[in-house]
Amino acid sequence: MKKIIILGAGTAGTIMLNKLRKALPRDEWDITIIDQHKTHYYQPGFLFIPFGIYNREDVIKAKADFFPSGVNVIFDETDRILPKENSILMQDGTVHKYDYLIIATGTQTRPEETPGLKDKLWYKEIFDFYTLEGALALQNFIKRWEGGHLVMNIAEVPYKCPVAPLEFVFLADDYFTKIGIRDKVKISYVTPMSGAFTKPRATKMLSGLLEEKNIEVIPDFYLEGVDNDKKVIRSYDGREIAFDLLTIVPVNMGSEIIERSGMGDDLFFVPTNKYTLRSEQHENVFVLGDAANIPTSKAGSVAHFAADILFENLMSVIDGREMHAKFDGHANCYIETGGGKGSLIDFNYETEPLSGTFPLPGIGPFGLLKNTRMNHYGKVMFRWIYWHILLKGKEMPIDPLMSMAGKCKNC
Amino acid sequence: METKNIAGNSVSFTEDGYMSDMNEWNEDIAKELAKEENIELGDLHWKLLNFLREKHAAGVSLTIRSVGKSSIVDIKGFYGLFPGGPLKLATKIAGLPKPASCV
Repeated sequence: MKKIIILGAGTAGTIMLNKLRKALPRDEWDITIIDQHKTHYYQPGFLFIPFGIYNREDVIKAKADFFPSGVNVIFDETDRILPKENSILMQDGTVHKYDYLIIATGTQTRPEETPGLKDKLWYKEIFDFYTLEGALALQNFIKRWEGGHLVMNIAEVPYKCPVAPLEFVFLADDYFTKIGIRDKVKISYVTPMSGAFTKPRATKMLSGLLEEKNIEVIPDFYLEGVDNDKKVIRSYDGREIAFDLLTIVPVNMGSEIIERSGMGDDLFFVPTNKYTLRSEQHENVFVLGDAANIPTSKAGSVAHFAADILFENLMSVIDGREMHAKFDGHANCYIETGGGKGSLIDFNYETEPLSGTFPLPGIGPFGLLKNTRMNHYGKVMFRWIYWHILLKGKEMPIDPLMSMAGKCKNC
Repeated sequence: METKNIAGNSVSFTEDGYMSDMNEWNEDIAKELAKEENIELGDLHWKLLNFLREKHAAGVSLTIRSVGKSSIVDIKGFYGLFPGGPLKLATKIAGLPKPASCV
C-alpha cells in the first residue's frame, strides 16, 4: 500500500482529499487527512457576521461531513513534519509515514505579533473578523455603538482574502447609513500598501467607490503598535491615528506546525514552486492553498484552482512522468460593495484585474470591475456552491487557468 | 519602458520608475538613484541593498518584516535609513522591481 497524507482539512485539504480518493484505487492507495479541529468554517461568511447578516450557525459545519468514504481521518494535534524521514510526528508521539505529503495548513492571524494589540481593549474596542469569536464580539459591539471613528487597519501583508477589509468598510458604510448614524461615524481605511489595492485598474475603480462613500484612505501606514491608553495606532515612522473602534487584520503567518518543522520562510509560509506547486525542498511534498508562499491571493478560490493543477502534477510524479501542469496564480473574488451590490475581479500572476464581463455558463455573465446587483447575488449564491460543489471537489464551470474571454484590456 | 543615461550607463526603467533589469545595476547607478531620493548611501545602506539583491535573486519576496529580521537593522532603523517608504525606496535604489505587495 502506498500512502498519501494531507495535512490540514480546511478548504484546500478537503478539496484535495475528495479529488484523490476518487482518482486513486483503494486497494493501492491509503489516504489520510490530519487536522486538530473538527469544525469547518465557511470563512467568506465571517464578513457578514458583524452586521448581523449571518450568525454562527450560517458558517459552521462538521469537517467530517465533507470527507469521502474510504479515507483515514485523524483529528489530533500534529507536532511537526519530518521531511527527511517522510513522516509526521504527532504531539502524542505517534508517527505516520507517507510516500507523498500535501501540506494544506493554511494561514493564521497572530495578533500577539503586534505590541499592544491583544491587550485590555481586545474584543472590547478592538476586533478582528477573521475568527468566528472576533466577528461575533464585533457584532455585539456594533449593535450598541453610537458612533465615532472607525479605523480599519491592515497590520501586514500578505493576509488572507485581500478584499475582505475593503468589503468590511463598504458594508459598514451601508449598515450605519441604514440605521441612521452614518453622519456620526467617520470611517478610515489604513493600509501598509500604497493604495486601497495594488493593481492599477482595480485601485482606480475601488478608490472611486471609497471616495463616493466618504471613506478616507491612509496609505503607507506600517503598524508598529497600539497604545491602549491613548487609543491610537502608531506606525514605524511615528504617525498616530486615534480610534474609537479599531477593526484589524492582524499579522498573518503560516501554521506553527510549519514553524516547528523548520520548513517555512520568515512568515512560516512554505517555499513552493509557483507553477508546479511542489515544495522547493522536497520532491514528494506539495503545498496547496494559503500555506504556500506563492505570489497570489491567499483565498479559497486560489486553493480551488490550484487543486486541479496540483492533482495533475501529483499524478505525473506518481507515474514517473515530468510535471506538465502549470499554475498561473488564478484568483477570482466577489467584492461586496454595500447596498446589495457587488463587484468581481478575476486575475493571475501576470494579468491584473481587467474590466469586461465574466462568462459563467448557465448563470452569468457577471460584470468585471463593475458595481452591480448581479455580482452581489453571485456572492450570496457562492455559499451554497461552496458547501455542495467546491469542497467535494466536483466539477465547476470555471477553468482553473484564467481566461481572457470577455475581458477588455484597453477600456 | 524608458531608457536613461545614469552615471555613464544606459539603464532601462519600467513605467513606475524601477529598473527593469537588476543586472544593469552597479554602485555608481545606485548612488545616482539615491541622490534623486535625497539619500546619501552609508555602510548600512549598502549592506541592506546587497541583502535585498541577494534575497530577490534567490526568489524570496521582500517584506519590511524580513528586513527587520535580517540582523542588519530593525524596522525602525530601516525607516531611518530610507525615510517614508523604506522598502519601496530601497528596492528602487537596489535596481530591483517594485515590491509586489498583496493581491
